[in-house]
Amino acid sequence: MSKPFVSVELLSQRFPDGKGGRMTVFENASFGIEKGEFVVILGHSGCGKSTIMNILAGLAQPTSGVVTMDGTEISGPSLDRGVVFQNYSLLPWLTALGNVRFGVRARHPDWSRAKVDEVSTEYLSMVGLSAEAIHRKPSQLSGGMRQRVSIARAFANHPKLLLLDEPFGALDALTRGTIQDELLKIWGGTNQTVFMITHDIDEAILLADRILLMTNGPFARVAESVQITIPRPRTRTDIVDHPNYYPIRNHLVQFLGKRSKELAGQASGGAAQSPDRVRIDLTAPPAPAPAHLRAIAE
Amino acid sequence: MSVWSENSRAALLSVLILALALLAWELAIPAQHLATEMTEYERLMGGGSARAGIPAPSQVAVKAWEQLSNPFYDAGPNDKGIGIQIAYSLGRVLTGYGMAALIAIPLGFLIGMSPVAYKALNPFIQVLRPISPLAWMPLALFIIQDSEASAIFVIFICSIWPMLLNTAFGVSGVRADWVNVARTHELGSLRTALTVILPAAAPTIITGMRISIGIAWLVIVAAEMLVGGTGIGYYVWNEWNNLDLSSVIFSILLIGIVGMLLDSVFAVLQRRLTYAE
Ligand SMILES: Nc1ncnc2c1ncn2[C@@H]1O[C@H](COP(=O)(O)OP(=O)(O)O)[C@@H](O)[C@H]1O
Ligand SMILES: [Mg+2]
Repeated sequence: MSKPFVSVELLSQRFPDGKGGRMTVFENASFGIEKGEFVVILGHSGCGKSTIMNILAGLAQPTSGVVTMDGTEISGPSLDRGVVFQNYSLLPWLTALGNVRFGVRARHPDWSRAKVDEVSTEYLSMVGLSAEAIHRKPSQLSGGMRQRVSIARAFANHPKLLLLDEPFGALDALTRGTIQDELLKIWGGTNQTVFMITHDIDEAILLADRILLMTNGPFARVAESVQITIPRPRTRTDIVDHPNYYPIRNHLVQFLGKRSKELAGQASGGAAQSPDRVRIDLTAPPAPAPAHLRAIAE
Repeated sequence: MSVWSENSRAALLSVLILALALLAWELAIPAQHLATEMTEYERLMGGGSARAGIPAPSQVAVKAWEQLSNPFYDAGPNDKGIGIQIAYSLGRVLTGYGMAALIAIPLGFLIGMSPVAYKALNPFIQVLRPISPLAWMPLALFIIQDSEASAIFVIFICSIWPMLLNTAFGVSGVRADWVNVARTHELGSLRTALTVILPAAAPTIITGMRISIGIAWLVIVAAEMLVGGTGIGYYVWNEWNNLDLSSVIFSILLIGIVGMLLDSVFAVLQRRLTYAE
């Protein structure tokens, strides 16, 4: 068995709890991400999703455990891992174009100014920013437009792994919908590996190849890995008609509503905590296995 | 009135206040003999003394016209044009201020980046900062042995603190998110400092520079009164000794105008560099 493209091995993170003790966010978490896969991690606020992502980005050090990408250990931030933060993290003194240019120039220091401009403009128009809007500062853009700029900045750099931390969390539902479509469209044309955090179930089903479900903290676990058995290309209106949609959705709702609490707070006892694999597929030909209405743990 | 914009109404009001103040001043000064009309006896008896001689605005205006029509003449150590005096003062201010900026901004950067350095240096800064810059003058004169350099040192020492503190404060307050953007783009520390931290902290740094230039311009007048020789501060003191109050009032006004111009340069910079989040 070869290692997955991104491999998280026995990852633990503890923080001082402010009372002299230590609080374990998660312990011995182990999972992988395949090349080209769109993986979404779903869990309640405070369970440690951002902590995992910051470690993947190289912005934070785990207490123990390693993460490898392409066989090499992640030890610090890299242009190979692009990050889109929840609060956009655009540099407010630069225009939208200036922000994308900032990224492109960091990636290609040898490019001429004209070439950098050309590529930056191209990615901005790809995410739907008009030629007029790209010369505005972030403060003069709506939340949705800012997040588009942030996504353009990340995509323009062709990172090997794209990390998105609740990228649409601050947006209203309608804007969120259009940008999700936008993201699917851009992603579809690439073989980009994506790791995204969200707490929106419908968003997760629309975008993901696989959803990692996280229990509540402390001692949070990546408890399940749910395959999204809905073919691509997907649109938000069509997927709801797919026979697998509601069974998958129900499974996720049950997990977040009940089992995320039941499974919380258990120390690992030193064992690797790998997610159970769950595949829900009503369209599959009847297997010799019993009823396929329930999740089948492989 | 309502067809006028707020700004033009304010401007009109300003002109009105100025006109009224000048008129009141002019009328409050009792009619005087011009010095040329006095007899030799009157002049010897002190007819041109300070008490008698508070000039009316019209006399100040005449003096201003006279001075400004030939600002750069140089007729020996005690008689130079107002332009030359201002140039001396500005030269000292810009030299001392420039040296202070060269030290305060990089040092403030380091202090702002390192909480340990900040805590270690803070007590020194807190003690040195409230010292009146003129209190350094005797020590400076003794050590440097040169009045010109001492005046520049005093400007240096008074302008360094606001720039140092504001730079450190601005740099330490740069949002971690922005620094993370630099880190995920693999920028080195120098490029991070120049392309992220500097523009992020620029509004705070410029505020410090603006406070410093204001203080430097306040202090140069006093410093030049002490060290003498040249400069607008010396000029004021010299004209007072000559009992030429028209010149004193004219140079006071000029000091205000130059200070305002210096400040407005930084106001423009501040507006350019300030960003909305
Ligand atoms: N630097 C830190 N120091 C101490 N505690 C932290 C730190 N970062 C995160 N935590 C704690 O770790 C837990 C997980 O946080 P986070 O990863 O941000 O959650 P999520 O992104 O899932 O909402 C929270 O309880 C949070 O308070
Ligand atoms: Mg989070």
